[in-house]
Amino acid sequence: MSESSERAGGQPEEKRRGLGGAIGDLLAPVAGFGVTFSNMFRPTVTEQYPYVRHPTAPRYHGRHQLNRYPDGLEKCIGCELCAWACPADAIFVEGADNTPENQHSPGERYGAVYQINYLRCIFCGLCIEACPTRALTMGNDFELAGPTREGLIFTKEELLAPLTQGMLGVPHPMVEGTTDRDYYRGEVTGPTADQIAWVERERPEDPTLEGARQAAATKAVR
Amino acid sequence: MTTTQPAPTGQVVPLVEVTIDGVRTEVPKGTLVIRAAEDIGIAIPRFCDHPLLKPAGACRQCLVEVATPDREGTLRTMPKPQASCTLEVSPGMVVSTQLTSEVADKAQHGVMEFLLINHPLDCPICDKGGECPLQNQAMAHGRATTRFVDVKRTYPKPLAISTQILLDRERCILCQRCTRFSDEIAGDPFIELQMRGARQQIGTFDSGVLGFAGDAPVGAAELDDSGRPFASYFSGNTIQICPVGALTSAAYRFRARPFDLVSVPSIAEHDACGAAIRIDHRRGVVLRRLAGDDPAVNEEWISDKDRFAFRWQVAADRLVAPLVRDGEDGSGPLVETSWADALDVAATLLAQRRGSLAALPGGRGTLEDALAWSAFTRVVLGTNDVDFRSRAYGGAEEADHLAARVAGSGLDVTYADLDGADVLLAGLEPEEEAATIFLRLRKGVLAARTHVTVLGPYLTRGSAKLRATLLPAAPGTEAEVLEATDTFGASDGDRPRIVLVGERLAAAPGGLTAAAALAERTGARLAWVPRRAGDRAAVEAGLLPILLPGGRPVADESARAEVAAAWGVTPPAAPGRDLAGILDALRAGELAGVVVGGVELEDLPDPAAALAALEAVRAAGGVVVSLEVRRSAITELADVVLPVAPPAEKAGTFLTWEGRPRAFAAVFDTAALGDAAVLGLLAEEIGTPLPDASMPAWRGQRVAAARLDAPAPPEPGPGQAVLATWRLLLDAGRGQDDEPHLAGTARRAVALMAESTARGLGLQGAAEVTVRGPRGSVTLPLVLAGVVDGVVWLPFSPRERAGAAALGAQSGDIVEVTA
Ligand code: SF4
Ligand code: SF4
Ligand code: SF4
Ligand code: FES
Repeated sequence: MSESSERAGGQPEEKRRGLGGAIGDLLAPVAGFGVTFSNMFRPTVTEQYPYVRHPTAPRYHGRHQLNRYPDGLEKCIGCELCAWACPADAIFVEGADNTPENQHSPGERYGAVYQINYLRCIFCGLCIEACPTRALTMGNDFELAGPTREGLIFTKEELLAPLTQGMLGVPHPMVEGTTDRDYYRGEVTGPTADQIAWVERERPEDPTLEGARQAAATKAVR
Repeated sequence: MTTTQPAPTGQVVPLVEVTIDGVRTEVPKGTLVIRAAEDIGIAIPRFCDHPLLKPAGACRQCLVEVATPDREGTLRTMPKPQASCTLEVSPGMVVSTQLTSEVADKAQHGVMEFLLINHPLDCPICDKGGECPLQNQAMAHGRATTRFVDVKRTYPKPLAISTQILLDRERCILCQRCTRFSDEIAGDPFIELQMRGARQQIGTFDSGVLGFAGDAPVGAAELDDSGRPFASYFSGNTIQICPVGALTSAAYRFRARPFDLVSVPSIAEHDACGAAIRIDHRRGVVLRRLAGDDPAVNEEWISDKDRFAFRWQVAADRLVAPLVRDGEDGSGPLVETSWADALDVAATLLAQRRGSLAALPGGRGTLEDALAWSAFTRVVLGTNDVDFRSRAYGGAEEADHLAARVAGSGLDVTYADLDGADVLLAGLEPEEEAATIFLRLRKGVLAARTHVTVLGPYLTRGSAKLRATLLPAAPGTEAEVLEATDTFGASDGDRPRIVLVGERLAAAPGGLTAAAALAERTGARLAWVPRRAGDRAAVEAGLLPILLPGGRPVADESARAEVAAAWGVTPPAAPGRDLAGILDALRAGELAGVVVGGVELEDLPDPAAALAALEAVRAAGGVVVSLEVRRSAITELADVVLPVAPPAEKAGTFLTWEGRPRAFAAVFDTAALGDAAVLGLLAEEIGTPLPDASMPAWRGQRVAAARLDAPAPPEPGPGQAVLATWRLLLDAGRGQDDEPHLAGTARRAVALMAESTARGLGLQGAAEVTVRGPRGSVTLPLVLAGVVDGVVWLPFSPRERAGAAALGAQSGDIVEVTA
């Protein structure tokens, strides 16, 4: 309200010229209401968030996600290129060695510590452009508010994509006879019997075992 | 970084005029084209070229177009681009680099493309990424896209060369910097170029690669702790000079990126050499240390200990808060308390016993710390009972020697002097005890400017690398051998002579006297090389019972008056007790307490006796105050423990063995206080503020050096041998805790003796020997070597097994040897 009257008051010269002397002066105080009235008949754009949620644009830059290969291994190699690319210095990464007993990603290196500080992130997407393994992508989730600073520094556990049906929980070895390049080229399509056997031996209670067994069986039939 | 071979001093080198990219310049004859260009600010890309290594021309990245005048003076261009790192300038030469010549530029582009053909380009997971010359060069001079469509050559990666050094052969560009360093500088050719053509690779002795049947041809003494052929104490330098990420260290691997790191120049704290280092840290954690560049000291090299051993400063047993005894009577366990409380307790305990207290300040501190200790002892404790020596030592003879010839002598013999001299090493094994001296001597030896003579029980591997002449001496006979020596060196006296005496020589009675006499006889200069970073500073600060700062003798009245004038407090006049005297007095109840700092029980000549002395003084109601970085056997015995800062958390100055001040700044700004600050607070609390103890060198009469005649050498009976031992660079020292990768590269612990000794002891064919001393026995693999007859050599305290330290015997003592 105050804005429209200000605007009206801001252009008195023009109005005066348009409507002419005395009549213009007379109508000036109510001219602003014209804007008000005309808007009353337009469709409303108020979103009833959070009761009604509209999808974002499909390529909206939302919360990050650290992706996995189909067998469950992480794609992130801890290279810190995302951290390097970040103009807001929101990303913190520490790499570590993959070992036969503790293999998190294909190849020699994985991201042991991974944090994104959403108080800093400006959602520019430069990090996902920098990622050499397409480990880092952005989703459409924009609900990133919270009462504490700590809560808004997302850790690797929070950022990692959940294990979908058929993926095997990490750590576990790479598919036998493959290299990190084969993974990158998409030649690994799911966990193999050897990987499942390894997890069965190391972590018999792993909840992803059942799904992985099924996935491996279906693939074998196919 | 601009000279390859320093011109022999004193010779005038004629200048040669050359033109580089249209700029005329004059450089000394023999200068390489790449350096001449550098001098006028033209950077030619390079990988294999390194100013401290011999030219190799291996990578071909430095190609330039060269034209030289022919006999008629017409300029003729060489038919092909030339490697500027191997080509010396010649008069009238005209060089066109990539900046002015298309030929050179195209050649460099071609070489870059070739180098990248088999390169994995896995920069994202490569430790060198972000500081990689190849990456930088490829960005600056390479093609944006590859034309290579075939399959790249791959190798299993990484190949562990030692527990610390990992090799990724795919990334190697075969520049041979690593092999040239190992061969030319360190003298440990443990890696070499193997195979030919596309399969050419760097590797260790690998029977698979070499098609060689059988084991690596090394002896039992040349294996490291992990069972690999012994690598090198300097292997970490290869990582630093590798222009790609082919060589990495297990300790730093994948830990950080160059852009995460904050670099601080500093000084290595592990020996008295004062090597310049660079400390890289991230978020309050030191992640790696690199060699700094200091031509006057360590050039660009440091030992692996200086490079990789730094986690001791933040070990789990690091003291964070002061500790005091729980309970009313002060007999309870140590509990954490506030600084105010701890200082109060310590001040009360010390003030009550003023006049019957002593100080053992250790030899690990900075000059500032040592001066504070000196002032604290004289002003607050009111005594001269102070001794920095916490190792086998030579009592009054050594103290006199240090007071007469070392304290306040300033910078005398320097590293530069070692290059171009006949050097006698007595009681010093530079590769193990002073790595930077070793490298400097070796540089001189390889250039035939230096000759080394070693006084010792056998020609060690380190001495062999110095091509040293052995002056064989069983422990205890050093003085005798030195006395019988009239000359040394290979130059008939036209080179300066230098005698370097290690701290170990002091433990041989008469050794220092004989060494000084020999130096006088042969016109040699004498220098004392201690092992610890703070030893020289301690001598300068007067941390000896007969010495005040700047080399002032306690016994000299005018010296005391000078100190009194500077400090405002008169130091006590009576000379104090030395280490043995202090420990005896503590045991006998003559002293009521001691302030200890930076001393490990294991360092002391007789740890068990020292422990008994500290226990006795506490039992008799005395006090032990300890200033320490980490919990130790001594802090466990203390009434009050005051935590002090490790070198990374304080600023200070180390004095090298030469007497060169090496100031360094704190890496982290923490709440931890250095020794000097803590002693200052304690003195305040006691009510006697510390004066600034630094003083100029003493100009007056020095302590007269003692003349000690050597006692009769030890005579081993049947079944016995004379023990020889010293500390190895990598051993069980607490400064190397928490470094498993480094520990694996330590030398394998073996017992060495001559074949004749073994025969005499009935040990023919024995694989292991047991050596028994007064406090225990150790069993080690037996290796026959050219040791002086009747002597068994053991490492002092290896990490994996017990060494001579467990025997309770010192070098020169008689020990029992059985199979
Ligand atoms: S998310 Fe991608 S860019 Fe970031 S560290 Fe992992 S692999 Fe590297
Ligand atoms: S050596 Fe250099 S160019 Fe090669 S992978 Fe490592 S960082 Fe990249
Ligand atoms: S490992 Fe490094 S230093 Fe050694 S030859 Fe290869 S690239 Fe050169
Ligand atoms: S730098 Fe000249 S050939 Fe390598």
